[in-house]
Amino acid sequence: MEETQLKLYSHWRSSCSCRVGIGLNLKRLKYEYKAVNLVKGEQFSPEFSKLNPLNFVPALVDGDIVVADSFAILMYLEEKYPQHPLLPQDLHKRAINYQAANIVSANIQPFQNLVVLKYIEEKCGSGEELAWVKHHIEKGFAALEKLLKDHAGKYATGDEVFLADLFLAPQIHAALKWFNMDMTEFPLLLRLNDAYNELPAFQDAMPEKQPDYIPS
Amino acid sequence: MTWQVNRGKIVYSVSCIFVVFLGHLEEDREQCDSEQRVNQTATMEESKLKLYSSWRSSSSSRVRIALNLKGLKYEYKAVNLLKGEQFSPEFSKLSPLNYVPTLVDGDMVVVESFAILMYLEDKYPQHPLLPPDLKKRAINYQAASFVSSSIQPLQNLVEQKYIAEEVGSDEKLSWVKHHMEKGLAALEKLLKDHAAKYASGDEVFLADLFLAPQIHDALTRFNVDMTQFPLLLRLNDAYNELPAFQDAMPEKQPDYLQS
Repeated sequence: MEETQLKLYSHWRSSCSCRVGIGLNLKRLKYEYKAVNLVKGEQFSPEFSKLNPLNFVPALVDGDIVVADSFAILMYLEEKYPQHPLLPQDLHKRAINYQAANIVSANIQPFQNLVVLKYIEEKCGSGEELAWVKHHIEKGFAALEKLLKDHAGKYATGDEVFLADLFLAPQIHAALKWFNMDMTEFPLLLRLNDAYNELPAFQDAMPEKQPDYIPS
Repeated sequence: MTWQVNRGKIVYSVSCIFVVFLGHLEEDREQCDSEQRVNQTATMEESKLKLYSSWRSSSSSRVRIALNLKGLKYEYKAVNLLKGEQFSPEFSKLSPLNYVPTLVDGDMVVVESFAILMYLEDKYPQHPLLPPDLKKRAINYQAASFVSSSIQPLQNLVEQKYIAEEVGSDEKLSWVKHHMEKGLAALEKLLKDHAAKYASGDEVFLADLFLAPQIHDALTRFNVDMTQFPLLLRLNDAYNELPAFQDAMPEKQPDYLQS
């Protein structure tokens, strides 16, 4: 593992934080885990707001550089710490990775974060937020099955782990664990999930292994 | 120089604007009708770049700006979102989420605006969309990703329709404004120590491609009081001076107000 001055502001349940955790593990970068209690609103504390005006986790501190947003963090890590590349050389495969990552980050995850869920629950009634999330996950997963079917190998875009896998793993985990999704309609994603379950870099980044994990 | 092999064709790209094909060249030849027009800088010559787009789509606008900045000619393929053309069998085959924009480059199809921009940056490196400095690149990625995953998804037509159906029509606008204003406030804070003439300095980069259409939408579609966001308002004035940005705006598109 490479010694660094990296700090990751994170929350155990955040799938965005999980993506970064996987990236740090794959690149074998040591980091200090700084828990941010989202339920208590610690992301709005003056200290954290100064660090990250977006008031989201994850946020990465690397010396005097602060990067928020999981995609931005992963691209920063890729550029500064090029070991275990997160993107393939081939242009076509790179594009597939970017597409899969963005389907998750712009079309699925935004609709399941705590702020949005709370809003739906307030406006539509308790329980409605689950239907809302499932609707978006199913739509996104169906698109991912189509996008990846001609490209997946052992992992999402071939036989090596790349960026798409870092976005898929936490999303599939969340769908199964928090939202009780029936994944049988998504056989490719289910198969990928089994593959991720074999990889320590992925497993060590999962919610249950984080220092601030709270079992339900 | 980079090499790739694809279906027996050998393609190589150099860091200038010319691309040379060896071997067989397959081109789609399509009739240009009144709804499919090349961009303003081109004549009616054939282009292998096709952009499936809707005039009102801010995600499409980001890609249009990039194509203009890189001097890339493309065929504009209008997709009428209100008539549901994004669900046609032809378009569904191209775009798994049935969203615009979708870029076709020869036999490559790329969906998702962020992915399209990264693909264009990889393949057509003229007028780079990212600065060489690591810190500045990070600011650009943050601003871009924040718009694309924390602001825009909550305002797209599909979400508006869902909210209108589930919560009520009046709630739709307040939902969008709420998330947009929150996001714009965060962007003001993120960029205040980095912005100069443009979002991350004195040159246009990726962040600007995401900000310009978002600010345009805030002003023209959602009546956001942008005086709360003086930095973003100033950036908007700067974008209004740039033809590459202006030519990409909704009002300049071939399908403006037709859908």
